[in-house]
Amino acid sequence: MSGAPDIRTTFFQECDELLEALNDGLTSVQDQASGADADPEVMPAIFRAVHSIKGGAGAFGLNALVRFAHAFETVLDHLRSDRLSPTPELATLLFRAGDKLTDLVTAARDGQDDPDDPAAKALMGELAAASGAPPESDEDEAGGDEDFGFVPMGLPVNLPGSSPTRYRIAFSPSRRLYANGHDPLVLFEALGALGPLEVAVETGRLPDLGTLEPDENYIDWRLTLETEQGLDAIEEVFEFVEGLAEIEICAEDDLPEEEPDGGTDDGTDDGQDGGGEDTAKVDDAPPAAQPATPVPPAAAPAQPAAASPAARPPASAAAPAAPASAPPASATIRVDLERVDGLINAVGELVIHQAMIAQKLTEAGVAWNSDIGAGFDVFRNLTSEIQERVMAIRAQPIKPLFQRMARIVREAAAISGKTAQLRTEGEGTEVDKTVIERLAEPLTHILRNAVDHGLENAETRVAAGKKPTGLISLSATYRSGRVVIEVADDGAGINRERVRSIAVERGLIDPAAELSEGEIDKLLFMPGFSTASEVSDLSGRGVGMDVVKRAIQQIGGRISIHSAAGKGTTLSISLPLTLAVLDGILIELCGETMVIPITAVIETLRPQPGDIHAIGPEQSVVKVRDTVVPVVDLGQVFGLSGKSSGEILLLVETENRDRYALAVDAIRDQSQVVIKGLEGNYRHVAGISAATILGDGRIALIIDPEEAVSQAVPPPLAAAAAAAAAAATASSQPQAALSSVR
Amino acid sequence: MSLTVLAIDDSRTIREMLNAALSEAGFLVHLAVDGQDGLDKLGETAPDVVITDINMPKLDGFGFIKGARARQDYCAVPILVLTTESAADLKARARDAGATGWIVKPFDEMRLISAIQRVAGLRAAG
Repeated sequence: MSGAPDIRTTFFQECDELLEALNDGLTSVQDQASGADADPEVMPAIFRAVHSIKGGAGAFGLNALVRFAHAFETVLDHLRSDRLSPTPELATLLFRAGDKLTDLVTAARDGQDDPDDPAAKALMGELAAASGAPPESDEDEAGGDEDFGFVPMGLPVNLPGSSPTRYRIAFSPSRRLYANGHDPLVLFEALGALGPLEVAVETGRLPDLGTLEPDENYIDWRLTLETEQGLDAIEEVFEFVEGLAEIEICAEDDLPEEEPDGGTDDGTDDGQDGGGEDTAKVDDAPPAAQPATPVPPAAAPAQPAAASPAARPPASAAAPAAPASAPPASATIRVDLERVDGLINAVGELVIHQAMIAQKLTEAGVAWNSDIGAGFDVFRNLTSEIQERVMAIRAQPIKPLFQRMARIVREAAAISGKTAQLRTEGEGTEVDKTVIERLAEPLTHILRNAVDHGLENAETRVAAGKKPTGLISLSATYRSGRVVIEVADDGAGINRERVRSIAVERGLIDPAAELSEGEIDKLLFMPGFSTASEVSDLSGRGVGMDVVKRAIQQIGGRISIHSAAGKGTTLSISLPLTLAVLDGILIELCGETMVIPITAVIETLRPQPGDIHAIGPEQSVVKVRDTVVPVVDLGQVFGLSGKSSGEILLLVETENRDRYALAVDAIRDQSQVVIKGLEGNYRHVAGISAATILGDGRIALIIDPEEAVSQAVPPPLAAAAAAAAAAATASSQPQAALSSVR
Repeated sequence: MSLTVLAIDDSRTIREMLNAALSEAGFLVHLAVDGQDGLDKLGETAPDVVITDINMPKLDGFGFIKGARARQDYCAVPILVLTTESAADLKARARDAGATGWIVKPFDEMRLISAIQRVAGLRAAG
C-alpha cells in the first residue's frame, strides 16, 4: 500500500527511534567485542531495529533503503544466531553501516532514495563479505516488492466471461486443519462465491469413537464447482491450507480421454486451445514444492493425509507460552507540536493574567492572609506548576543529539588519523526541543574541534604517559534552573603562548597587553580566530568558535572555556530550559517599560556626573575602570520622545567583544517574562526581539541589545569616539558597579 | 456487525498502516505492540481475525500464536502472519506454530483484505 503522508511522518519518526536503539545496541556490541559480557537482549533488539526500518521502507517503496537494510540485517542475523561473533573490526563496520543507514533514512526523508549510492553499495559489499555471502546483485533484491513466499503457479488463466468449466476438487485435509484456525465451511463459502458448488463428504477416515479426537479433522470432501473463473481463483481459495491438506483440482471436461500419465499439457499453456488440462496438485511442503508441475487425475495420491497423525501441530501440544502478566504498552501519545505550542501560549496568558490579578488585589488592599489572598496563593502555585509541566512537554531527552555526536567523533577521528572515544553522561537530561535542534550545529563544531585541536596524536599521548586513545566526554546536567552541557577532552590543553601570539599577529590584542589565562582562553571566541596553522578539513570550514558562541547565545545560552596544560580543555555551555520564558531586567525608558535579557547584561552602573564625556553633539562615552565605553541612548535608538536620563547604564558586550553602555532611566524589577513573538503579530522592529505582557497588562518590548547597539552607532565612529575619549578622560572613574547581574 | 481484527506489530508505522487500511475497509481494529500485548488483548478485544508480525520484542509472533492456540477460546481464531521474511521455511514454521495464513509485507490493501476475507469467510464480507 502507498502510505499516507501522516503515516510517512510516523515512519520517519519511528526510524529515528529505531536508529537510536540501533546505536545503543551497537555500543553494547562494541563493548562485547572488547571483552564485556554479552547481553542476550542486545542482538535481537538491533536486528529488529534494522528489520523494522526495512519493513517500513518497503511499504513506502524506498528501495535503496530496503536493500541496504537487508544487507545490514543479514549480518545482524548471523550475529543474532551466533554464526558470527563480534570483533572490534566487525563492530566498526556495524557502526559505519549504522551511520550509512542513518544517512539513507535522512535522504529518503528528503525525497532521495538513490539505489546507486556508491558508498552504500561499497558498504553493502563489505557487509555481505562479513556475512560470508557474495555481494548481492542488483536483481537479487530480497525484501523488495516481490512476494517471496509465493511461487507463481504458471497455470492457465480463464478470464471471466469465458464459458464455465466444471472442476472436481478432492479436498483431503490433515487432522490438524482446525488447529490452525481453518474452517472448511469458510473455504466452501469462498468457492461458492465463484459459482455453483456441490459438496460431498467422505467419512472413510473416521476412527472409532473411542479414539476420535473431537478437535481434529477426519473428513475428506469431494467438491464439484462450476465457474467461469480460472484455476488460479480456486487455488487462491486454498492458498492458506497448502501443507495442511491434499488438494486435487481437475477440470472435468478434460478428465476422461487424456492419457492417464501426465503427458498432456504442462499447464503453462494459455489453455485457450481448449484441449489443455487444467489440473494441478497443490501440495506444498515448502522447500521441495513443485506446484508448477501438474499431476494428472489418475495419479491420485496414495496417502490421503500427507501431514497427518504423526505430525501433530505443536499448537495443540504446547504449553501456554507466556503468563498473562500485564505489560504496560508504551504509555505515550504523540501530539502535534502546534497543539503543544498552543497550550504553552495559553499558559503564558494564564501566567500574565495571574500577575494582573495579583496586582489588582494589591491595589484593592486585599490582605494576603484573607480568604481571597490565601485562595489566590493556591491559584498562583497551581499556575506555576501547570507552567512547569507544560514546558516539560516540549522537553526532550538530549540522548539522540548525543548519539549523533558519537558519530561526529568517530568521523573526525578517522579523518584526523587519531583514535578517540566519546563517553556520554546525563543522556536523560531533558531540554526544550528547539534548544536541542539549534544546539546540534554548534555542538558538532565543538566536538570536531576537540578531536582536531584538543586531542594529541597517539605517539604524543603515549610520550606524555597517556593512553593512546583520546577520551572526550560529553555530559549534560541540570544546574540552577539551566542545563549545563560540558565537552571535555583529555588532550594537551590550550597552548596559551600560541593563542596569544596569534592574537597579536592578527591585531586582536596589543602586544603589551597583560592577559590572565582566562582572558587568553577567551580569545578563542573572537571572530576569525583559528589556532590551526592551516585550515584543516575538519574543524576549519571557515567557522570559528565565535560562530559557535553566537549560535549558543541565540538560544539564550552562554559558553565558557577552561583549560589545564597537559590535562585537557573543557567547554561549558549553559542553556535555558525553555525558550518560552526569559529572565529579564525591567527597565524604564522615557516613560516606557522595556525588558532586557539578563544574560546580555554584564553589569549595571550608576555613573556620577562627570563620568560621562560628550565627544560630539550626539556621542558620549563613559570610562569603566580601564576601558572607555561608548554610551548608547536607547531612547534615541527607539525613537522615543525625549532623551533617557542615563542615570543607569547597562554594560553589554556584543559578539565582537565590543562593550557598550546602554543608558536607561531606571531599573524597575527583575523577573521572568513570557516571550510573545512580535514578528508574527506585527513586524520585525530593529533592536527588538519580542514582546511580553506585564502584570499591569501593559505590553513591554524585549530589547535585543546586539541589534539595538548596531542601530545606534556606526561602529567606526564609535571606535573613533572611544579612542578619542580614551585620550581625553585620563582619570575619571564612574562609581563602581551597582550590582553585578552576571 | 463489522468484523473485529486484532493487529499486532512492534512497528508503529506498520500498525498505523494496518489501522488505516482495515478501518477504511470497515473492520473494527484493535492494535497491540508485541506478542505479549497481543495475548493480553485477546480477551478484551475478542477478535474475529488476528494479524501478527513475527519479529517482535518480549514475545514474537510464533510465541503469540502458540499462546493463543493454547487457549480454549482462541484455539480456532484465524491468525494471519504478517512478515517481510523471505526465508523459505517461514510459512512452514508459521503453520507449525498454528498460523492460518500469511501476508507478505509490503502488503497492498486489496491483498490484505482478501486474505482476511479468505480466512474469516462471509463474516468478513459485510
